[in-house]
Amino acid sequence: MSQNFRLNTGGLINRDKPIEFKFNGKKYIGYEGDTLASALLANGIHLIGRSFKYHRPRGFFGAGVDEPNAKMQVEINGCSEPNINATEIELVNGLSASSQNCWPSVNFDIGAINNFLNRFFPAGFYYKTFMWPKSFWYRVYEPFIRKAAGLGIASLEKDKERYEHKYEYCDLLVTGSGPAGLASAYAAAKNGAKVILAEDKPRYGGTLLTDDVTIDNLSGKDWSEKIISELKEMPNVIVKNRSQVFGYYDHNMMVMFERTGDHLEKKPKYTPRQRLWYIRAKEVLLSTGSIERPIVFGNNDTPGVFLSAAAKEYMKVYGVLIGKKPIIFTNNDSGYETAIEFKKNGVNPIVLDTREDQKSELINEAKDLDIKIKFSYAVIVAHGYKKVKSATIGKLDKDKIDFENTEQIDCDSICVSGFWTPTVHLASQSGNKLKFNDSIDAFVPDKSKQNEHSLGAANGTFTLQDTLKNSFNTGSEVSKSITKKDEKIQIPNTNERKYSAHDKFWCSPLPKGKNYKRFVDFQNDVAVSDIEVALREGYRSIEHVKRYTTLGMATDQGRTSNLNGLQLVANVEKKIVPQVGHTTFRPPFTPVTIGTIVGREIGKEYMPTRKTPMHHWHEKNNAVWVDAGAWKRPRYYKRGNENLFEASKREAKNVRDHVGVCDVTTLGKIDIKGPDAAEFLNRVYTNAWLKLPVGKARYGVMLREDGIVMDDGTTTRISENHYHMTTTTAQAANVLSHLEYYLQIVWPELNVNVVSTTEQWAGAAIAGPKSRDLLAKLFPKIDVSNEALPFMGYVEGDLFGVKARIFRISFSGELAYEINVESDFGLFMWEKIIEIGEEFNVQPYGTEALSTLRIEMGHVAGPELDGRTIPYDVSLEGLVSKKKDFIGKRSLAKEAFNKADRQKIVGLVPLDRKSSIPEGSHLVENKNAKLPNPKLGHVSSSCWSVENNNPFSLAILKDGKNMIGKKLFAVSPLKNTSIEVEVMSSHYVDHEGKRVRS
Amino acid sequence: MLNIKCPYCGDRSQKEFAYGGDGTITRPKLNQEISDEEWDNFVYLRKSPRGKHIELWHHIAGCRQWFKVERDTTTHEIFRTFKPEE
Repeated sequence: MSQNFRLNTGGLINRDKPIEFKFNGKKYIGYEGDTLASALLANGIHLIGRSFKYHRPRGFFGAGVDEPNAKMQVEINGCSEPNINATEIELVNGLSASSQNCWPSVNFDIGAINNFLNRFFPAGFYYKTFMWPKSFWYRVYEPFIRKAAGLGIASLEKDKERYEHKYEYCDLLVTGSGPAGLASAYAAAKNGAKVILAEDKPRYGGTLLTDDVTIDNLSGKDWSEKIISELKEMPNVIVKNRSQVFGYYDHNMMVMFERTGDHLEKKPKYTPRQRLWYIRAKEVLLSTGSIERPIVFGNNDTPGVFLSAAAKEYMKVYGVLIGKKPIIFTNNDSGYETAIEFKKNGVNPIVLDTREDQKSELINEAKDLDIKIKFSYAVIVAHGYKKVKSATIGKLDKDKIDFENTEQIDCDSICVSGFWTPTVHLASQSGNKLKFNDSIDAFVPDKSKQNEHSLGAANGTFTLQDTLKNSFNTGSEVSKSITKKDEKIQIPNTNERKYSAHDKFWCSPLPKGKNYKRFVDFQNDVAVSDIEVALREGYRSIEHVKRYTTLGMATDQGRTSNLNGLQLVANVEKKIVPQVGHTTFRPPFTPVTIGTIVGREIGKEYMPTRKTPMHHWHEKNNAVWVDAGAWKRPRYYKRGNENLFEASKREAKNVRDHVGVCDVTTLGKIDIKGPDAAEFLNRVYTNAWLKLPVGKARYGVMLREDGIVMDDGTTTRISENHYHMTTTTAQAANVLSHLEYYLQIVWPELNVNVVSTTEQWAGAAIAGPKSRDLLAKLFPKIDVSNEALPFMGYVEGDLFGVKARIFRISFSGELAYEINVESDFGLFMWEKIIEIGEEFNVQPYGTEALSTLRIEMGHVAGPELDGRTIPYDVSLEGLVSKKKDFIGKRSLAKEAFNKADRQKIVGLVPLDRKSSIPEGSHLVENKNAKLPNPKLGHVSSSCWSVENNNPFSLAILKDGKNMIGKKLFAVSPLKNTSIEVEVMSSHYVDHEGKRVRS
Repeated sequence: MLNIKCPYCGDRSQKEFAYGGDGTITRPKLNQEISDEEWDNFVYLRKSPRGKHIELWHHIAGCRQWFKVERDTTTHEIFRTFKPEE
């Protein structure tokens, strides 16, 4: 079979460029400019998939986003993508697509058994069936539903394609390039407004490509080409095809995706597959057009049943006949346009019009062409399983609820037209409450909530003359208010046929004794009977009916089914549609790939990586990394076959015995300047700051207003009105915001400035009994004796020509110093320390050794300052001033914070001196107690004490103060451990803090 | 995504800002005698009004200034933005 259904002439395809593609493994030929749908139809392929629930054979129904059936699995760059609309896939050489939801093949599908059992699968089947027994849920029901759910199969391969995001700002965004979009964009562009015109199809023009109209004596297509080429020349206009605006968000934030790559046979390097646009538009003009509504009849889902406008589009745009013996089933004049187009192409259609003897220009034209028309007729049922073969039609009685007589006629296709539904999705997303327009039996936008206007068919205006007039005017008016320019535009003359009134006929009645399936929603297999069941079972709200029956869900979003569903509910409920209301329209309007939404933020681009100036040295010296927020920090430096435990033990031991060096660049650093800096610190920290002399550091704790510890760190007075604050790595950003809040909002009278200098300074901590000797060699000109540079002292020095700040502070509990130099000299400083430290056995140590050192010293860190502890809990109550007020002080007076048995930090050692206690373990008195076993506290930090060579942990324990010496159990249900521990002081090493002062 | 006019920088996308809570709360003065109940109200109790509300926002990825925003909590319409001293 080779393109037997392709017309000899006509269409907008490039017949000089044949394209080979594969469908279900078989090769076919189409032309450049085809969609996968039009190329398959040209080859006479109608059966393209199986329906969701009943696995009924399904064919093409629409020609664009309206298509509910033709979801394909497409191979793209070694990756298989499911659920792509064949009507939107442009044909390229090598394209390979296959049908979904069928096994073993679309022709013979085992699942079709569901179709013959369909009376056992009514609406709500899953809700009713999978209720009991409860034990069946995981083993039987869930696996079954998982297998049955969904259509295509998501690929397990990594998506190799490139996706991008783009931000754009404009005065006007126009969505859709039909007559309304072209006219309004043109008028606004002429007024100098910055305009973006977005068209979801490859070709501009919308219905102008298929309607028999003239504008200023040009065909619709020629006029649209003229306008587009003019717009493209204008520097203030961006014209984009293959671009679907799919979401309307707050403050006119529009989101659009552009298909940049799939239509190219060979993508240039760095061309993304798809691009997501965030567009902030001052005004949005919605010219999204309308979608033809089907009429519901028996077996109306049989392959060969089409929307009438789609059949016309296949002829006019692609030169493809969807059938050679069509029935046109219509309730309005649109069907006649399709009939006339068939006739012009040598096919004899028969028109069934539900109206009685109607007269109009179009009908006269059809009659003049000798097209057979039957008034007051409707299709009752289509016959044929995998393709329409014939249809039973009938003459409607006066009330159109039954048939006077019926007959069966041969046909190979049925084109339905049930009038037009404005595409109001974006307007509704913007917050516009829709109103029902009786004259077109559909919802149209009402009052705008944001700066948006709907134009043309999207607003229920179906004549070209009115559409152009309104759109030119709106484009001018809206842009005028932005640009203050008013270029007069001559509204063009149009020539179009007048429509006569449509018939309010949506669903063919069932003849007595027949129970044909009449589908309302093809994608979700929802038939008239399903909606009737839902209503019979008491579902009243349309939102409930939707969820119970799945009407209008999934990718289709009810584009063709919504209004027919509402009419049906209204009929049964003896209401009118506006009383039934409509369901909520939500973004995205059409499916968007996850890749597009994610964009470039994948893998290591997901989040920036912060590296210290010494990063590459660490790398070269076998650092094993740990993430600290966005920072990479060495966890340990691997030597030989060491594991984490061995390496960190060696590094910590070396600090205790000799000297170690640790990269502390990641600590938050905040520069604080101003005459009121001391007063400010005095309010921020719990301890006293007014009397800290220049050249001294102090440890401080800051609270939140609720009394909970927020962060700790040292702050050094560099000069009279200049302080250098350090924060923990994790809290650096929060502390800065916190300080700014108090300075800008609460105490603006304080003359203080704060700025983050975390990245300006590189920091190295040298710790251990030999650290003073090392420091002396690094700064030979400075007196580093205990008298000249005591604990908490500060001095500035010269590190071989580099300005350095030296702080005598300690986190490890050893004699220690922290050296800061400007970041550019960080590596220089580090290498000098390593080089000169060799004679003192200096070794770098990572965060694991750092933790070991601070835990056995009882120094608190993140795991203890976990947002639930007050100073007392972590034994920092000595730093809480009784004299002055500070942030959070009033909260410390709370009753619960002052209970006698308040929780407090303690140390824990396992009785066997061997078992490591998992962090997060619960502390209980009796490990065998009945559940729930009363919890007394939890283990916050654990290490292997290098000083005592056994495990040691910190814990927050109820009444910790009076628990020293008690024996408890640390149980971890996660690790399935239960360890008997002894409670002791949290200071396991050097209780009196002698070493730091030595 | 909201479009917020920072009083110092102009129109910017919501991405650049951090929400800072109720903008009508005044912190009690330092050393002020205050009942438990008043203090608890200050620390914990916030109204969640439907409609117009004055909020604090922080231009965290911009000028780092805190400022106030009058916003409708249901429609997200922003009526005005202003410096804290205004």
